[in-house]
Amino acid sequence: MIPMSTLERTAYELMAKAAIEIPDDYLAGLRRCANTETGDLSAFVIQAMLENYEAAKQDRRAMCGDTGLPRWYVKIGNEAKMEGGPVALEAALRRATARATREVPLRPNRVHPLWRTDHDNNVGINAPEIEYAFHPDVDWIDLTTVHKGGLFGSDYRMLFPGDGIEGIKRFYLDTLIGFGKRGLACQPAIVGVGLGGSKDTSVVLGKQASCLRVVGSRNPDPKIAALEDEFKQLGNSIGMGAMGFIGTSMVIDCHIEVGYCRTGGMPMSVHMFCLSSRRATARIHPDGKVEFRTDPEWFTDYSRRSTVEWERPLVEAAE
Amino acid sequence: MAGSGLKTIHLKLPASTEDLCKLEIGSVAYLTGRVFTAREAVYKHAIEDGAGMPASRAELGLANFHCSPAASVNPDGSHIVGAVTATASFRFAKWLDDWFKISGCNIIIGKGGMTSEVYRNAFVPNNAIYLTTVGYGTGALLGRGIRRVARVYWLEELGLAQAIWVLEVENFGPFLVESDLNGNSLFERENAKIAPGLERLYEGTRPATLRRYGETDDKTDEVI
Repeated sequence: MIPMSTLERTAYELMAKAAIEIPDDYLAGLRRCANTETGDLSAFVIQAMLENYEAAKQDRRAMCGDTGLPRWYVKIGNEAKMEGGPVALEAALRRATARATREVPLRPNRVHPLWRTDHDNNVGINAPEIEYAFHPDVDWIDLTTVHKGGLFGSDYRMLFPGDGIEGIKRFYLDTLIGFGKRGLACQPAIVGVGLGGSKDTSVVLGKQASCLRVVGSRNPDPKIAALEDEFKQLGNSIGMGAMGFIGTSMVIDCHIEVGYCRTGGMPMSVHMFCLSSRRATARIHPDGKVEFRTDPEWFTDYSRRSTVEWERPLVEAAE
Repeated sequence: MAGSGLKTIHLKLPASTEDLCKLEIGSVAYLTGRVFTAREAVYKHAIEDGAGMPASRAELGLANFHCSPAASVNPDGSHIVGAVTATASFRFAKWLDDWFKISGCNIIIGKGGMTSEVYRNAFVPNNAIYLTTVGYGTGALLGRGIRRVARVYWLEELGLAQAIWVLEVENFGPFLVESDLNGNSLFERENAKIAPGLERLYEGTRPATLRRYGETDDKTDEVI
């Protein structure tokens, strides 16, 4: 039985880690940009950001004053048991979000859409978002928090099969250029593309592709993996760098996730996870042990399963 | 900043028109003196509700930061300010002419600048310039530049994020000079340099079958 106090304490620590510590995979990607960027203004911006990450870690202060919209991804092992059940977990995540907002501190970024009511704690109606996934055969719970910006750099469009890869490329470029000018998307970014599903699925998959996969990871379908490479290259060929200044640093990496969609359609979403790509994950075991990491390991063979039943990997089946 | 060939300026606040006259777009700026945060709720309250400014120009300073700090108020009334980063400025353009008149500001600090049309119509007549934050955003570096919170206005009325935070700053930066006293824009200069390559980039792509109302295919347009 996983104690709820451990889950809540871990959730608080994750909020602070996400806000303060740039994940290593993003940092390494940005350093590669710093080494190749020739635009003087874009290079200056990247250098300033690298110094900013150091300042944030040294001072234990948020790396960016806009600490985004905190949200949660929870992966529950099929054999996991938690004290108080999932309802208690949701309450714990909401409490940790509110406490971290006051104590880290984070910027209170959540208001009522019409009345602009602000609880000053990033908690409100339908906020923070909590998404769930499950994993076979294990007894742990993975908590991941992501603090993504939330205003610019994402778009959705209903394309059709006839639009083809050429149409996908165009919408990808439109989004990067439209939001890249003046650096509205706070690039260089981890770009996530969601293809297929229903409209909402395409947006969810694209967001998860940008926020929950680490730089350098590739889709298991080799043809999609090749597209990811091509799109990364394409984004860095626009001629635009950080803040929309002349340069080559637009895309740290590109991740594509797909879902089966309506025969006649090809919905597509594009998301850009920014210079403060805030994510942090912890695995909480039944004995109370907590392991922190920066790779959410959200997408797995199980999560992407494509047939009716989940069949165990062949290796295991052979044993 | 180390390793940069860009021109760097240290400005004392409040800045005079003569000081601002020397700023060139694309230069790096650091500020020492007093800046205050104000965004949409402040503009609405001060201008549309007719509340005016909550304090004198000497108390607020003449540099308006489009920002909400990641900050909180302690039970004893003191403040914790962690990181500060700008919010996108283009959406405040409609208030700016009135804002310059009632606030007397001559420096606007924010994210992403505004169009040169807004600079010509609102900034130039009021001898004001625009500094953009870098990144965005260097929130931790900017947080280090804050010496203290001088005062917070309209906290009750507008909440933590939208209140006016008056900040005493020292070597606060880096910022980039986005507009000068003639209304030139660094972002528009860069956009113009990037535009000629876009046509070739789009070769072999295909416009979406399903169009959208109001859609443009002119890639020199901006979304702001």
